[in-house]
Amino acid sequence: MLTLNINGQNHALDVEPDTPLLWALRDTLQLTGTKYACGIAACGACTVMLNGAPARSCVTPVSAAVGQRVTTIEGLPTNKISKTSQKAAKAVQAAWEKLDVVQCGYCQSGQIMSAVALLASNPQPTDADIDAAMAGNICRCATYHRIRAAIHEAAHSLT
Amino acid sequence: MTTERAARIDNTSRREFFKVGAGLTLAFYLPASQAAKHAGKAGKEDNATPTSPPFAPNAFVRIGTDDRVTIIAKHMEMGQGTYTGLATLVAEELDAAWSQIQVEAAPADAKRYNNLFFGPTQATGGSTSIANSFMQMRQAGATARAMLVSSAAQRWQVAPESLIVRAGVVSHPESRRKARFGELVEAAAKLPVPREVKLKDPKDFVFIGKHVPRTDSKAKINGSAIYTQDIHLPGMLTALVAHPPRFGAKVKSFDAARAKAVKGVVDVIQIPTGVAVLGKDFWSAKKGRDALTVAWDETDAFRQSTADITRQYQALLDKPGALAKKVGTDGATALQGGRAKDALPAVADGETALKTAAKRLTADYSLPYLAHAAMEPMNCVIRLDDAGCEVWNGEQGHTNDQHKLAAALSLTPEQIKINTLFAGGSFGRRSNTQSDYPLEAASIAKAIRQPGKPAVVKLVWTREDDMRAGYYRPKFMHRITAGLDNEGKLVAWQQRIVGQSILKGTALEMLVKDGIDQSSVEGAVNLPYATANLDVELHTPHLGVPVLWWRSVGSTHSAFAIESFVDELASAAQQDPIAYRRQLLAGHPRHLGVIDLAMRASGWDKPLKPGQAGEKRGRGFAVHESFNSYVANVAEVTVKPDGSFKVDRVVCAVDCGIVVNPDVVRAQMEGGIGFGLSAALHSEITLNEGRVEQSNFGDYPALRMHEMPRVEVHIVPSAAPPTGVGEPGTPVVAPAVANALFAATGERLRQLPFKLGVAKPT
Repeated sequence: MLTLNINGQNHALDVEPDTPLLWALRDTLQLTGTKYACGIAACGACTVMLNGAPARSCVTPVSAAVGQRVTTIEGLPTNKISKTSQKAAKAVQAAWEKLDVVQCGYCQSGQIMSAVALLASNPQPTDADIDAAMAGNICRCATYHRIRAAIHEAAHSLT
Repeated sequence: MTTERAARIDNTSRREFFKVGAGLTLAFYLPASQAAKHAGKAGKEDNATPTSPPFAPNAFVRIGTDDRVTIIAKHMEMGQGTYTGLATLVAEELDAAWSQIQVEAAPADAKRYNNLFFGPTQATGGSTSIANSFMQMRQAGATARAMLVSSAAQRWQVAPESLIVRAGVVSHPESRRKARFGELVEAAAKLPVPREVKLKDPKDFVFIGKHVPRTDSKAKINGSAIYTQDIHLPGMLTALVAHPPRFGAKVKSFDAARAKAVKGVVDVIQIPTGVAVLGKDFWSAKKGRDALTVAWDETDAFRQSTADITRQYQALLDKPGALAKKVGTDGATALQGGRAKDALPAVADGETALKTAAKRLTADYSLPYLAHAAMEPMNCVIRLDDAGCEVWNGEQGHTNDQHKLAAALSLTPEQIKINTLFAGGSFGRRSNTQSDYPLEAASIAKAIRQPGKPAVVKLVWTREDDMRAGYYRPKFMHRITAGLDNEGKLVAWQQRIVGQSILKGTALEMLVKDGIDQSSVEGAVNLPYATANLDVELHTPHLGVPVLWWRSVGSTHSAFAIESFVDELASAAQQDPIAYRRQLLAGHPRHLGVIDLAMRASGWDKPLKPGQAGEKRGRGFAVHESFNSYVANVAEVTVKPDGSFKVDRVVCAVDCGIVVNPDVVRAQMEGGIGFGLSAALHSEITLNEGRVEQSNFGDYPALRMHEMPRVEVHIVPSAAPPTGVGEPGTPVVAPAVANALFAATGERLRQLPFKLGVAKPT
């Protein structure tokens, strides 16, 4: 048995310690907002936050997440994350909705987690900052154009 | 309200359907969508029944006493925005408030939910969703509206004509009486369905052509949207399959001992497509499959390498192919496919014209196999029991899959119930007439099924499985030869195309006419540029690599070849690439419309701003029609001293007829450009002695944030019938960028992905 703190709640899990956090979230806890797409940390669809920093849950064994605060898309924006992250999450989700960023939507949980982590640490990112922070998140629908605009929009609303 | 066209719902089963009554209607609707929703999230059935039956005047709209207006979408949502578009059409004629609209997927039932362009088949594809639904959905909304109006008129004892409907409220201005839809539905449900309804005059539109937000944004932003990958059913096992390393190989033998020793692995079974490992969850099944040993029988396996295929295709480029189109100098057309030249009616010959041309140009273009690489790898959930088979899938071809699954499971198509979920992208991959992955899931369920118990299986392909399973955009090569007169006008255009047929050997083989797969030659046989002679020839090699359509199908390769080559002709004629095209497109006003708009919006007449010291900048143009929509792109690039380049800006003009939702059109152009650019910069599936060399996003890179150009989309105002936007945005960007790189560097890139010479993506 392992205990994970997810979105502010402790969960006792009966999984093998090498199980990636992604599959513990999805298959064991049925928190399916975090997506599987590559399994090798190459696309960012599985991005969650560990203690507020973005992490690829598909290559993070559950054993490595023990003792850390895990935040998933289901935990945004109201759960027990820092005030800064909460504000960033609200702004990001509102901007995503305002600009209708999504298309198929499958990568968007990961995009949003990366964007929230970016804005929590850098509330006024430049285009270059966005390129660097979002380079790990693939969107095959290529909604990048709107993701960039939505991050700027969210940043603007945070001022 | 004036009459655009007196309209009648054409759904033959409508009256029958309505006669069964509201209670039964409810029963009909509940299983598919509601059960899926609840089972998917919580693993339990929800048998709760609303206290009041809803008003369901036709198969596409249902209104509850709670004022919710539910649009039943016959097309699947894979990101293209069709849920929003279909809902817009119904809401427009219904005069609903946008906030009361919700959308759910239609069940599989071709009688009511067929694609009107595809005959008796329910399917999403070919950029047809809005085009085929435009009148049908408006009629559905108008019918419901008429019945709500009748209901209010009866209640208030006033003439229906004296009532107005706005934002979900029917009112009688004279007496200041008002009623919400929800207050009228019970009485409306008892009224006869009108046979004819009036549709709005376009000048009265409140939603069509205006901005309405996507209906699926919220769920996709907060993680609650349910995809096939998210379905969790009681007793469900997750299956991973070991597939053969080469196409056409089979299982010879396997040793499951180590796989079965993995905790959580429940079963290991042989199926027609490989060996399936079933586990209690993904991770156990994955570890089990990793531990499995399979020996393969590769007697019939495909063993060629990409270099072998390229050599073979190059040799074919030197030989005459089957004639797909021939138009002579005398204006006569000799068309027909597959027949030898001497069997055709005599038309003046392009060969002769070429010999006497003032200038003659020829160029070869080469495009690789491409994977679709949708973000959600292919997957399918199947529940098989005595009553039949229930499927959860990002379903793109309902009727075809019903028939294929029924045949495989010895059931009737009606026994195949399909729950259509959001698809995490498709780009053509989920619309496979061979039903490859649903059949694989069914074969596993069939194999593990025990009498009296349901078999519940979720088939999950890993990214590697998905990328190596085939069904690629075929590799294609084109050779174009043209003759020009002294003014640069075309006296002859000969195009020879080499590539596998997508349709041959499939349920759609009837679209192969006289040996010509029309999807292989589209874009070329309908070349818009004025030429005295046109010859299009096709070679269709038969190889063991499974192929399939890929967002915009034949135009993915023909537009690159044609639009690059026209640019070469303009250059040879020493003319501006746009001015050159314009004079050859005199009879094509819609091409000219997007050309002029893109030209104006991009500032084509002003010189491009220079880059930093040592940088070269260039601007390129391309225009192409596909699926009856017209798209022009102006691409601007910067080439750095080290030869790397960035696409800075793409200005896009589109003419897709009447625009239902301008923001969705813009989104599809932005995404189509990004998808086309991703392939142009990066994508290539290669084979080494038959083994696919790519496996994941590491070796099959996709476009990322820093490579996405600024995209500006401009829409040509139009009153023409609406046409699609899902695909037409994709094929234009690669030639526009190639032409921009030529303008910047003088180097022609005739092969995708771009990788020759100095120009390399950043």
